[in-house]
Amino acid sequence: MIRLENVAIRAGSFRLANIDLEVATGRYAVLMGRTGSGKTTLLESICGLRSVTGGRIFLMDEDVTGFKPARRGIGYVPQDPALFDTMTVREHLAFAPAIRGWNRAELTERVAELSELLGIRHLLDRKPPGLSGGEAQRVSLGRALAGRPRILCLDEPLSALDDETRAEMQQLLRSVRQQSPVTMLHVTHQAGEARALADQVLVLRQGRVEPGT
Amino acid sequence: MKSAVQPSDTPFYVCLALLGGIYVLLILAMLAADAAFTTPAQVWQVFRSNEIRYAVKLSLVSCSITTLLSLWIGVPLGYLISRVPFPGRGFLDALLDVPIVLPPLVIGLSLLILFQTPPGRALQRAVPITYAIPSVILAQFAVACAFAVRTMRVTFDQINPRSEQVALTLGCSQSQAFWLITLPQARRGLLTAGTLAWARALGEFGPILVFSGATRMKTEVLSTTVFLELSIGNLEAAVAVSLIMIVAALVVLAVVRRFGSEPAFRKALQP
Repeated sequence: MIRLENVAIRAGSFRLANIDLEVATGRYAVLMGRTGSGKTTLLESICGLRSVTGGRIFLMDEDVTGFKPARRGIGYVPQDPALFDTMTVREHLAFAPAIRGWNRAELTERVAELSELLGIRHLLDRKPPGLSGGEAQRVSLGRALAGRPRILCLDEPLSALDDETRAEMQQLLRSVRQQSPVTMLHVTHQAGEARALADQVLVLRQGRVEPGT
Repeated sequence: MKSAVQPSDTPFYVCLALLGGIYVLLILAMLAADAAFTTPAQVWQVFRSNEIRYAVKLSLVSCSITTLLSLWIGVPLGYLISRVPFPGRGFLDALLDVPIVLPPLVIGLSLLILFQTPPGRALQRAVPITYAIPSVILAQFAVACAFAVRTMRVTFDQINPRSEQVALTLGCSQSQAFWLITLPQARRGLLTAGTLAWARALGEFGPILVFSGATRMKTEVLSTTVFLELSIGNLEAAVAVSLIMIVAALVVLAVVRRFGSEPAFRKALQP
């Protein structure tokens, strides 16, 4: 569950205030809004990458407002995959489990499981330069899912992909949702993407989050 | 309709090539003149001198220590200026350019005066610095470190901070994200900063002359050797030593072009 109560955020001259939002556990919520409406800023605050100036953020009924990103248990998929240039795909998938102290057997099993789910087994020994946009986003998704996060935040992950790859990624996101007990908050400005994926649509409009259709 | 005759672009490019070519020719002519002035036998003869062998050794050791010190300071300072907003960041950034734009002799003089102050004198009672080997390293470091900081700052500017943010969400502390994600991505910039600092240290002369003196078998480095040999009219020895420094500079350029970060290198050299 993701719940925002009266959240206020300031990013330079841009401000959001009195933001309330709730996504129930296990739901796939899509947050829509025009470019510059503050969707990414809001997502970054939920992930702990940007501090809020007021209000509270609850994840799974725990107040995480003052928590650092590492303690929030969120998988984050940014718009630009932001892969780690010096690591192989295998190392990307193993990164979060390794940082969180999983043992080698669990880690190996998780890498195999995710590479199968995401269809990137053949890429495991490759490094990011040379991966296609779709492959890079699959790796970014796998990296975010690897540590078994309770919540997955996706920031326009499909916006830079061609139509065919986007359709494949949408199918993949549906599979992920079926196979992982994860609450998802997906930011986009594309209505088609929301229709294809969401079971809850939210719209950020003029500084307020409203239910969408 | 009568088609207009298109004027040729050739004169334009010929003018550019002629004007630019003058400077390229000057560089090549200087290098060729140095190489033609001496012979391998003369160079070898120069290296049989104990004084010059000492200068080579001291240059290699001091430049390497200066490089390590410059990276030790340049990496954290470059990262702070690039990534962390704090009051006075603009001032600090400008301050770090001071060693680059100050006349070299003024840097040497400032160091000399600094170590004549009460704290400087107190330090010198424990470790002799002025006119001793530590002064050579400090004079080199005062300038070379500024280039290392600038190179590392440009390097970190060019690395997408999003990777580091993702690492934070994956369970990393800020320190882990730096060591595991950002620093490995900065490896080419690190090599460039180190190479540039080494090259700057090797070419340093003014601050060393003022702060360390030019005492043979004590504070003499290669740049000092050129000066000392010239002052006694031994042009052959001065040219032979200059050739070593030219070769070292060319090796630095080759290393940066092959393995380093050229944008960071170019921006670091901009005034």
